Amino acid sequence: MNGLVVENLRIEIPVSGRTLVPVDGVSFRVGTNECVALLGESGCGKSMTALALMRLLPEGARIATGHVRLAEEELFALPEAAMVAVRGGRLAMIFQEPQSSLNPVMTVAGQIAEALAAHLGLQGAAAQAETVRLLEAVGLTRGHITAYPFQLSGGQRQRALIAMMLAGEPELLIADEPTTALDVTVQAQILALLRSLQRQRGMGLLLITHDLDVARDMADRVAVMYAGQIVEWASRDRLYSTPSHPYTQKLFAVLPRLERRGQRLDSLPGRVPPPDSVFTGCRFAERCPAAFGRCHEEIPAFQEAAPGHYVRCHLATSGEPRGASGERQVASGEPRVASGERQVASGEPRVASGETILEVLDLTVHFPIRRGLFRRTVGSFKAVDGVSLSLQAGETLALVGESGCGKSTLARAILRLIEPTGGSVAVAGEALAGLNGEALRRKRAEMQIVFQDPYASLNPRMRIGDILEEGMAALLPLAAAPRRARVKALLDQVGLPLDAAGRYPHEFSGGQRQRIAIARALAVQPKLLILDEPTSALDVSVQAQILDLLADLQEAHGLAYLFITHNLPVVAYLAQRVAVMRAGRIVEEGPVEQILTAPRHEYTRLLLDSAPGHCAPDEP
Amino acid sequence: MMKPLLLWSDSLILLLLAALAALLWLARHNEALRGHWRQVMRSRVGRVTALILSLYIGIGLLDSAHYVERLPAAPGQPAPFSGEVRSALDWLLTPIRVSVEKTYSAPLAERLYAKESVMGPDGVERRDYPRLLHPGAHWFGTDKVGQDVLYLSLKSIRTGLLIGSLTTLVMLPFALGLGISAGYFGGRVDDIIQYLYTTLNSIPGVLLIAAAVLVVQVQIEAHAELFNTAAARSDVRLLALCGILGVTGWTGLARLLRAESLKLRELEFVLAARAFGVGHGRILLRHLLPNVMHLVLITVVLDFSGLVLAEAVLSYVGVGVDPGMISFGNMINGARLELAREPVVWWQLAASFLFMFVLVLAANLFADQVRVALDPKSRGRA
Repeated sequence: MNGLVVENLRIEIPVSGRTLVPVDGVSFRVGTNECVALLGESGCGKSMTALALMRLLPEGARIATGHVRLAEEELFALPEAAMVAVRGGRLAMIFQEPQSSLNPVMTVAGQIAEALAAHLGLQGAAAQAETVRLLEAVGLTRGHITAYPFQLSGGQRQRALIAMMLAGEPELLIADEPTTALDVTVQAQILALLRSLQRQRGMGLLLITHDLDVARDMADRVAVMYAGQIVEWASRDRLYSTPSHPYTQKLFAVLPRLERRGQRLDSLPGRVPPPDSVFTGCRFAERCPAAFGRCHEEIPAFQEAAPGHYVRCHLATSGEPRGASGERQVASGEPRVASGERQVASGEPRVASGETILEVLDLTVHFPIRRGLFRRTVGSFKAVDGVSLSLQAGETLALVGESGCGKSTLARAILRLIEPTGGSVAVAGEALAGLNGEALRRKRAEMQIVFQDPYASLNPRMRIGDILEEGMAALLPLAAAPRRARVKALLDQVGLPLDAAGRYPHEFSGGQRQRIAIARALAVQPKLLILDEPTSALDVSVQAQILDLLADLQEAHGLAYLFITHNLPVVAYLAQRVAVMRAGRIVEEGPVEQILTAPRHEYTRLLLDSAPGHCAPDEP
Repeated sequence: MMKPLLLWSDSLILLLLAALAALLWLARHNEALRGHWRQVMRSRVGRVTALILSLYIGIGLLDSAHYVERLPAAPGQPAPFSGEVRSALDWLLTPIRVSVEKTYSAPLAERLYAKESVMGPDGVERRDYPRLLHPGAHWFGTDKVGQDVLYLSLKSIRTGLLIGSLTTLVMLPFALGLGISAGYFGGRVDDIIQYLYTTLNSIPGVLLIAAAVLVVQVQIEAHAELFNTAAARSDVRLLALCGILGVTGWTGLARLLRAESLKLRELEFVLAARAFGVGHGRILLRHLLPNVMHLVLITVVLDFSGLVLAEAVLSYVGVGVDPGMISFGNMINGARLELAREPVVWWQLAASFLFMFVLVLAANLFADQVRVALDPKSRGRA
């Protein structure tokens, strides 16, 4: 048997008397010339699995049981000296963050040459020639041979890293979220590159990802991981047509899509069990909509539901029509009865009330470029270059663009967190430009912002109650007692327990923190809420919860949302209108159906084409 | 008969105590602070180090209750006061204070460390080590003029604590205010503050301190009537030293805080606060300061030992505390010659080392416990 075989891998981390088991009994195989996707949400153990294959587990973690064979050679039995040759040679790995995977003080060519010297023993002119060949293979040019990492863009860095990993002519390439840090258009290029390299060289590719669409585009077979175990293992076509594990079905059901506009997204209640849990039954039982008595008592076996399709679920082979039909209903993404409240609005955009909340006219933000000893201004960087927008109460306008296009700067300039260079912003009919001091402060109650990173947006040294009260104390004329009552009401509104007020941010998960951030913004009763990529740091199941919450809040309070994102399915699901931004300008604006189905500008088309999940894997 | 005497540093200490008491009184119902305190006291390290620190502070406070004794009156005249200023600690330590030997003696020795001509019982004069006046009474030996080294070490504690805490108090407002503002506001403010500390850093510290101490000395001479006792004079010199060490010593911490604030101000919780129209002062106080406190705590405690040592270095150059004042610096400075003589006199250095080591170690460990207690992430962790 060629390729990589993983059998019964179990990783343990002993921590002060307890034992955490982030990976428990994982088996799969990656054939030569095959791409396998390891799919799962954060904390499911997929990265740990990859590190264990490389024998690069972090300090304290150890491999308890299991075998890994690469072309019949037992990797866990090799002495470390022999493993060094395998690592980066026959088995190579690329990481998520191209920025930190390259040494900033060495040229990329130098780093590739280092790998060539280590694995092929190439020196001098031969190494030079091979470096150029590898650079060209990954779509860089001969001219990049003198480039340092900082001179390259994110996508080029990831290409350079791939070239480095190809230097050892690996039999298997492990790619751990290789495109998560990249823009959609760049992601599409890197994925295409990986796919063609894998075909050309006949290597195995183990792709670790959380993105269902990326897995669908890339993989031949997919392993779905949950709480340290593989719960489903099937060929891609089989998995995407008939997902059999309730968790996989849920993952599909929580994805926002154009077709699901106005419907409530299916939600996945609860949290992934912590890695020190002791299980008496199925690991997913607590959150499973189809769970029955046996699920809590008996650990399900990993059984073959159909040829080549393995599922860790009691319902998979029992063949009971009850279970099967119950599952299928969830899988089809139909709105469930419980979600009836928003079905009324289904299909048609929520009606805007007509009152214009935000009016942006020709807004510009220029940053001066200073050079020389006396820091003279030699030019300016036009981050936002003449943007006009308008937004009505109860309406959602999505602002779509790639990193560096100026969308976050625009958001900050609207709120006057950055002083705009020119143009005007009016919130609820009043221009912000002339406001100062007390008048501006009062105006701030009408416009609020929710940030992307739920970890950086809450002060780690303040209790949740104080965080929520801060804005009220600054902007609302409330005494202490009503303020505290309002904190309780807010926590309730965003679905957090009332005792949260006395706790610190680190005790909450990413999704809960984002709820807190939303509650903080709502505390001052704004009319306009700017959402700066509020779900891009979250898992899909949590994203669904937050999107549902945002939709409910909009309905209840008639909020106007300016929703900044790079994620097109979210736009399709939530927004009524879309503005596409590029290099500081809005290149196209219109109703969401029109933009997403019949885009006029070429950049919009490029964005849509680059989004994963709809191009067949056989296309180049 | 005695009369209490308030030196300048004593009044400062009283003021400090009063402020501390007022703060504690105000914070007595603050559940969060009490929780932090309880957590520090829950760990054994926290309890032991707190005990050691309070012992040191207790000794320092006892040594700050100064008085002068009334001398026997000459007939027909009001009794004059002694020129020698004593403290409650002196009074407590009277047995070892007055048990003065002739010169060096090793710890717990029976005999002097130097040979002398002594008259034997047979009436013949010989060169021998004479018996001590108080054999076995000096745990840490005696110094060159026969003073008990344990007494000297205990007396040094007040000087060390004063230099450490007063300098820190002088330095902290500069470091916190300027460092955080430079990082948070950036631009012009940052330029000016950076200019300030770069300039200050580029002047050799010892030179600056020497100049300042000399100026203070001239001032003392010019106002001799204000400082009529030797104790008052060395006291003012000590305060001046604390002041000048503080004014020159804030740059390192300020640079650290500037860098940290530069990073913090870009974080989104600061932006969120600005979106609420929260004022700059409040943002600095509520969002930046608590998030740099761990740096402040670590730096201050590490600097504390550095300051006590700086006093030794400055005493060596001759611009430190008054040579007559008992301090770790002067003890270490004296040990320089003692280590050069043969046979070596090591106990003065050893004693000052031991006392400083225990103080600094306890302060470090205690600060570590406080830092852990203040960090919300460590809460509930065993």
